[in-house]
Amino acid sequence: MNGGFVTRVFSLDDLTLDAADEADRIVAAIRSQVLRQLRRKGVVVGLSGGIDSSVTAALCVQALGADRVFGIFMPERDSSDDSLRLGRSLAQQLGIETVVENIAETLSGAGCYARRDSALRQLYPAFGPECRWKIVLPSLFGNSPYRVYWVVIRTTDGLEVRLRMPLDVYQEVVAATNFKQRVRKMMEYYHADRLRYAVAGTPNLLEYDQGFFVKLGDGAADLKPIAHLYKTQVYQLAEYLCVPEAIRRRPPTTDTYSLEQSQEEFFFSLPYHQMDACLYGRNHEIPAEQVAEALGLTPDQVERVYRDIDAKRKAATYLHERPLLVQDESESQW
Amino acid sequence: MNDLATQLRQYVNENFLFGVETKYSDDDSFMENSIVDSTGVLELIAHLEGSYGFKVRDEDLVPENLDSINGLVQFIGRRREQPAVIS
Repeated sequence: MNGGFVTRVFSLDDLTLDAADEADRIVAAIRSQVLRQLRRKGVVVGLSGGIDSSVTAALCVQALGADRVFGIFMPERDSSDDSLRLGRSLAQQLGIETVVENIAETLSGAGCYARRDSALRQLYPAFGPECRWKIVLPSLFGNSPYRVYWVVIRTTDGLEVRLRMPLDVYQEVVAATNFKQRVRKMMEYYHADRLRYAVAGTPNLLEYDQGFFVKLGDGAADLKPIAHLYKTQVYQLAEYLCVPEAIRRRPPTTDTYSLEQSQEEFFFSLPYHQMDACLYGRNHEIPAEQVAEALGLTPDQVERVYRDIDAKRKAATYLHERPLLVQDESESQW
Repeated sequence: MNDLATQLRQYVNENFLFGVETKYSDDDSFMENSIVDSTGVLELIAHLEGSYGFKVRDEDLVPENLDSINGLVQFIGRRREQPAVIS
């Protein structure tokens, strides 16, 4: 007791939602946004075989009916075979029309692979198409607060090298691989235009808030139905919506690099359920000690995550910014 | 203020503050004052290696070396005494 008030202590249950109520609320919003605000006949969803796009598609089907949801699979050279297989199992269950658009040739034409490989060869001259690789960040709980990116390259004979990425290589590799998200979005809008549909984006709150998306790539959409949900809440909805178990059990992945890469290796500091709790704690000004106790971390570790959340949020400002105008359109003199 | 500190301040102003006037002392933390972000650290490393001719090693990536004008001045000074030249 504290001055007559009960001081409530944070628990992971605070992230539990009423899945049926939340699904109803989102379904009503999708219906209104697509049909009335956007005045589009249906929705296009890029399906990755992951939890976010699966839940988004399932909610759109509930809102608009299966015949108004169009799914697109967009594999390329580095994407996992699981992505297509799992995505197909979801589409079959939902009964939606789908198309496979292999974007590898488009990416090749834009120089995505060649530019990326050329940058990686600056760092590792023997790098070639047969090498598998990924970008990783050191742990947030390591000795240095500076977390610079490293590339991990595995050659065909099993040799694995880890090299710190200098600025020019890092920026070139990221810029080249961002073609993937942007080409996918271009393809989604192609189908949306021909069908007079809207494009549904699939970020969850962690991704949306922290800027884990490519501007005008996966960051672009007409509506983002789950952008207000913590990742654990997306899993709760997935269960309620009967998303196939194989998708619900699949570890979140970036599916961008040829070596399997978890999201926390590349961007987030912690596995998603811990990251959710920290973001919730930060948003609700919950003392680090309470979040730490619930997660089995130290208060210092949670403080570090809080600072990382603030830094990423600041960096995401540019990503969220709409094109800037010299004057508001309502003030136009012309 | 010595010449090296002036050079570094000019670099920080041009590259991270884009010429926008921002007051900070030679001991103020770049990170705490949101002057340098994670990509900015990479940029700072590239600048040190390109302009001062030594390799920034993994163990050098600590705030006492990189997080303020004075930290940079002392770090560069130490490295000039025991250079690890970029191969």
